[in-house]
Parts: sequence; C-alpha cells; structure tokens
Amino acid sequence: METIKRTTPASDAERDAIESLLGPGDDRLGRDAIAGQVVRGRRHLLLPCLHALNDRIGWISPPAIDHLATRLGASPAEIHAVASFYGLFSLSPRDPVQRHVCIDLACRAAGGPSEETVTDGAHPAPCLGLCDRAPAAITIGAPNEEPDPASAAVDRTGDDVLLRRVGADDPLDLDAYLANGGFSALKRARDLGPEGIIAAVEASGLTGRGGAGFPTARKWDAVRTQPVTPHHLICNADESEPGTFKDRTLIENDPYALIESMAIAGLAIGCELGRVYLRGEYLRAYQTLSTAIERCRSAGHLGPSAGFDIEIIRGAGAYICGEETAIFNSIEGYRGEPRNKPPFPFESGLFGQPTAVNNVETLMNVPSIVAEGRRADRRLFCLSGAVRRPGVIEAPIGITLGELIERAGGLRDGSELRAVMLGGAAGGFAGPGDLDLSLDDTSLREVGLTLGSGVVMVHDQHVDLVDQLRRIAAFFRDESCGQCVPCRVGTIRQEEAIERLASGTGEADLALLRDIAGAMRDASICGLGQTAANAIQSAVVRLGVLT
Amino acid sequence: MRAIDGTDPATVTVEAVIDGVTVRVAEGTTILDACGGRGCGIPTLCYGETITPRNACRVCMVEVEGSRTLVPSCSRPVTEGMVVTTRSERIDHSRRMVLEFLGSSVDLSLTDHVEEWNAEYGADPTRYGSEAARVDEPVRIDNDLYVRDYSKCILCYQCVDACGEQWQNSFVIDIAGRGFDARVSTEHDVSLPDSGCVYCGNCIQVCPTGALMFTSEYTMRQAGTWDEARQTRVDTVCGYCGVGCNLTLHVQDDSIVKVTSPADSGITSGNLCVKGRFGFQHAQNRPAD
Repeated sequence: METIKRTTPASDAERDAIESLLGPGDDRLGRDAIAGQVVRGRRHLLLPCLHALNDRIGWISPPAIDHLATRLGASPAEIHAVASFYGLFSLSPRDPVQRHVCIDLACRAAGGPSEETVTDGAHPAPCLGLCDRAPAAITIGAPNEEPDPASAAVDRTGDDVLLRRVGADDPLDLDAYLANGGFSALKRARDLGPEGIIAAVEASGLTGRGGAGFPTARKWDAVRTQPVTPHHLICNADESEPGTFKDRTLIENDPYALIESMAIAGLAIGCELGRVYLRGEYLRAYQTLSTAIERCRSAGHLGPSAGFDIEIIRGAGAYICGEETAIFNSIEGYRGEPRNKPPFPFESGLFGQPTAVNNVETLMNVPSIVAEGRRADRRLFCLSGAVRRPGVIEAPIGITLGELIERAGGLRDGSELRAVMLGGAAGGFAGPGDLDLSLDDTSLREVGLTLGSGVVMVHDQHVDLVDQLRRIAAFFRDESCGQCVPCRVGTIRQEEAIERLASGTGEADLALLRDIAGAMRDASICGLGQTAANAIQSAVVRLGVLT
Repeated sequence: MRAIDGTDPATVTVEAVIDGVTVRVAEGTTILDACGGRGCGIPTLCYGETITPRNACRVCMVEVEGSRTLVPSCSRPVTEGMVVTTRSERIDHSRRMVLEFLGSSVDLSLTDHVEEWNAEYGADPTRYGSEAARVDEPVRIDNDLYVRDYSKCILCYQCVDACGEQWQNSFVIDIAGRGFDARVSTEHDVSLPDSGCVYCGNCIQVCPTGALMFTSEYTMRQAGTWDEARQTRVDTVCGYCGVGCNLTLHVQDDSIVKVTSPADSGITSGNLCVKGRFGFQHAQNRPAD
C-alpha cells in the first residue's frame, strides 16, 4: 500500500464530513490496518463521503483525499480517480453554493445559454430534467433554500394509472396513501409469492421503461433463481437522458408508490435491501423520498419488521452511471465505468452478486399489475419544447405522435412543426410528416426510431436544429466515460465533424460522420457509445439537417 | 493462466466454429487464444499477456452470431456452439476506425504493427484534419529512472493494473478525469517522487506504446543514438536477492540500456523490483580511461 508523504492534514471540517459517514476513526494507518478488511469493506461509502465533503466544504481538497484514502484503506490515487470522474464534484476551491444553469436541448431551444454564454460564474449543466420549465437553473449546496417546486403532470385523465396520485395535495401524507389502497398491492404480492408476482408481471407484458425495453419478468426470474445470495435490487433513478423528467415527477409526487413497488420487486427476486440510485441534481426528489422512507420505517412498512428496507445513493453528475453496470461500480465506490457483459447483472451485478436494475417508471407499473392484473399498456411521455403545456403525459402505448402533441395543448401560437426528438439524445428525430406515427416499439423500430425514455421534444421553425445536433454531440463527448476508444475518441470526432458541417463543408464530412457512427455503434462497450450517433444520424437521414 | 491446458483429460472443452472451421478448446479459452493468440492476425493494442484484458481499445473485435454488436476477442470466452467470424466488412470498418481514432489523437510512432495494420485496414488518421483534438501532454521527467509521455498513451489500463491489484499492489496511478480528458495520473497529478511510486518499473514493462520509458532509452532517443538493430539481449538472473528473477538486459555498445523480464517467466511474469529493473549501473562502472 502506498505511503502518503504529504504532511498537510485534513481540516476539522473535512474530518467531520468524513466522520459523519465513517464514524470516529484513528487515522494512524496502523490502527485501521489491523482491521484492513473491515476498512476496505466500506469502500461503498466513498461516494457518500465525497458528497459530504463537496456539500460542506464546496470542494474536495488533496488533504481530504489523503485522509479519506487512509480511512478507506485505499490509495489517494484511487480516491482522486473516483472524485475526478463526477461532474458535481470540484477538485479546486469554490463556493459550496453553486448555480447550475441548464445548457441542454430543451433549454437552449427556449433561449437558454450555451456553455460559452453561461454568466456569473454559474456552472453549465447538462439537462437538469426540468424541460417542462425551460430555460431552467437550480441551486445546489444552499442549506436553507427550498429546492425547486415539484413538477406536476399535465392533461390528467381518469384512465391514468401511473400518474393517478400525481398532483395530490401532500405526496408525503402516508395516511392518505393508505386510505387510497396504499400497500394493498404489497399485501397481495405476499399472497402471490415470488413466482406468482413474476407470473403476473409476465402476463402484463411489462418491459423496461428506461430505454432498453427488456422484459421485466425475465429479468426478475433470472435473479430469483440464482443460487448465490444476497440478491440486489437497484431502482435506477439516475434520470439524465436529455429531455426526460418523468421519473423525477413520479418520485416527487408519489414516493410511497415507488417504495411499495420496490418492496414487491424485492419480494419477487429475494432481496431485503433495495437501493435507489438517484440523480445528484434531483434535490427535491431526494428530500421527498428520504422523508417517505423515514415515515415508512416509523410505520413499519420498511425496516426489520417489514423484511425490506431502502437506501438512497446520490449520483454525482455522470450520465454514464445510469448504465446498468456502471451503476454498480459507482455504488461500490469505483469510477462509474461500464463493465463487460457477459457476465450479465442477473448473475454478477452489484458486489458480484445477482442484481436486478429497474427504472422508476418500470417499477411503478408493478402495484397495479399485481393488485388488479392490469396490462402494462401505458407509458409516460415527457413533452417539452414548442407545445402549449409541457409536462408529463400518461398515454396508451400506440398513441400517435399527433394525438400526443394535441394532449399537450398542441403547438404554441405561431409555431410550425419542424422536428420532434423522440426517445432522447440517444433516440432520434421525427419530422412534420410523422404525426400519424404510432408510438409503440414495433412501429417505431420499423422507421429506425425508439421510444427510449419517453422524450417527445417538439421543435418549431425558430429552433436551430444544427445547434441542437451540436449540443447532442457535445453532450456525448462530455459524458463519455473514456474507457473504450470508439466512444472516447468517436464522440469528439463526431463533434468536430458537425462543427465543420455547420460551417458549410459537405459530403466528405457526412461520410465521415457515418463512418464514426458505424464504429461507435458496433464496437463501443456500452449503450452510451452504441447510441451516441443515433439522433445525429437520424436528423441527417430523416430531416436532411447538415446536408 | 486464463486458458486451461487443453491436453488435461479432466478439462471441460467446448466446440465452436471460427471462420468456418470447427475448433475444440478448453472451456474459458478466449476467442483470441482459440485463434492462436497474439500475432494470429487479429490486431491487438491494449492486450498484454500478463494483465487481465480490459478490452478497452476495441481493435480486436470479431463477429459472433447472435450478438447485436461486435465482440472483443481478447476477453470473450468461447462458448459451446459459438459461430465466430474474424474478418468481414463490418469488422474491418471497426478496426480501421479504431486505428484512425487512436492515430489521430495520440502518437503511435513507437507502437508495434501500427503502420502495417493501417495499411491492411486502409486507416488514414490524417483525414480528421490538423484541427482534430489530440492528447497533448508534456513529457513528464520528474525522476532519474523513467519518463512518462502521455501524448503516446492509448489508455490501455495495463500500467494501472500492473501498479495495482494485478501485480505491484502500490496503487500509485489510476485513470483520472473522464472521456477524452481521461488520463493516467497520480493523485492530483503529483510528481512521481511525491507519490508512493516504488519504481518497480512494472508499468514500463507492460506499456504497449512507449508512453512509459526508461530515462536511458528516452535520452538516447532524444540524442538519436537509440538503435535497436545494434542491441543484443542477454538473459540472466538478478543477483540482488534469492528470489532468482529472470532479467533480460538490453545492451547497446557494451552498455546496458534497458532491463526487462520475460513475460512468460514463471518467476516474474515480467515483473521486477526497483533493484532488478534499474540497479544495473554498478555492472558498467568502468574505470576512467
């Protein structure tokens, strides 16, 4: 193990921050080294410790890293490597209170700034999941400031299942949740047992709502039948796909339903501690869900007597950590780099043990499936851009694009439809001629599009589509973890080619873009690189942008 | 160590079809090894014999029937019934692009086989223009024993793994930053003397691109006197302690200019300590003329 030669000690505030998670410790290496395995076994507390430092001090200093290394039995280089991976952490001094201004797609279409034009020392942020109130900004680190208000859904209908409680007076009123049938699905699930739950989910046809669309029942059954224990459940709430804000809306407005959904999922796969990996920027969701978990523990719905508990892990500004294997490394206290598959998460996931990773919306489908035998035939769509009422809309799968836009109030006055980004930055573009397009996986696949994470970002004639593509390219360049060559270099070469095309070069750069896209799609390790060219290729091919 | 010796009767074997030929190999054998290992015709860059493959460079990709994407041959084990293709238009395109991506962003002039592969796959790293972003890093010369030139680094992770849990357990370097800005780094990029580096040089041993280099080699290259054609390699045993590590002395003009250890040595697997790696000066302290 490396010997630390530097002599500047961590400050008292830094030690306090670390001790708030690791408890009082003796930083003489000798003392900790006696219990080396115990010390190193707390590596999963690295990310929370870095958050504690960053929140309280504003940045993570070299002495703090040295101290943390000693306390966790790791080397300073390893800790530095992890800290430098995340966008929300600073390795140089700054104010703990930071203004994060969204420079991403919906916000710049609404007149928000770009990376170059962000002013007043604010932090240029990738999509903050506030596209319904674009252009958006948030403050992180202000202790007494109330986080931004919860987003609500728009155009509620009586048929809503996923959104049925969204917009309630007090989402944290546990009695109201119970009075409306809360936790009755969990009770039903206990009667059904793991195999019964999975059979019900299978019959519902539920597939993943995070973007990949994998059948949920198959995933759960694969984990359930693994001989290795414990089994893990991770609720993927690292919602970072530009244009997506449905999971945030669900957590902020219906936290108990997520808790109940996770308890049912835990029952199905044989897991007693579910983890929610929550996007670092989602402060209100964090507050709401933390309070809801506390109240459930007090009421006995979570905790030892319930046989199931939930902990929240805060992400720290890395889109890649929403990838289902990167999320394991992040939680374990390593750099959020995706792992190779195989082995697949169902056999070797978190801590090398069987793991199911499910998106928030996917899980939120489960109670009504279990309790009412409902089919999973509805989805959430995130409407943003040039529509009258941006927000989350629940609609039957197969609704047409035009109908959906109408439900968001139609186009704004004076707007003419130019393009619709479907499925996110990893998705693609539909054009004005696609209003009859049925929004279901099969129909979309036929035309090379995807529902992805439910993004429907509507652009009118005032939006500079080239600028949108430029930002999509910059987004993937920023968010690439850097592990594999096709993505690490491909994303920057893609961005450069778009910059050249924007200034009027021609066919050679379009061919180059296609070449880059092919290699990224075929040879990248994970879904980020494999989809980093999708939207750009789709805009070129379907809309003729850049040509 | 990955591939179990196929001659052991107790070994479980699997059958697969590679480029139309049926092969039977020990379970756990990678596609690359089933094809004959390094040098079989499948290009490799980040792969090294003594380090668990990270498949980060993605130049060794092959097609496996039923797989949506290409598959890294260096790390994917052959499974029963697998149908593998090692050359196709799609594979060649990927290999060409990886060679171009690396060739246009880092200095591959000291990386083996690159010119030959560029020709084979039609890779033209210059087509990204002179404005293409490069990994521009100053040569780090902060100690007497070795230099680090990360403008040659392809981020193969081998030095990190050799320094860390796979060999030296020093954990002095890791990958810092993200994306195109990711770099091999000590904590806060402190100099090696300020880090916990023990100068075993095992990182130099595994570096495939010359990003890590003996100071003696670096100095001679700068002076234009490095000439591998004039060098001989002398295999010997380190005399410092009783372990008996195998050394290969690289000798030019009657002077030791570099020390390596055979990767297939059962004692060292290519690893040495600071004495074996760098403590050769006493052998050539000649009396002044």
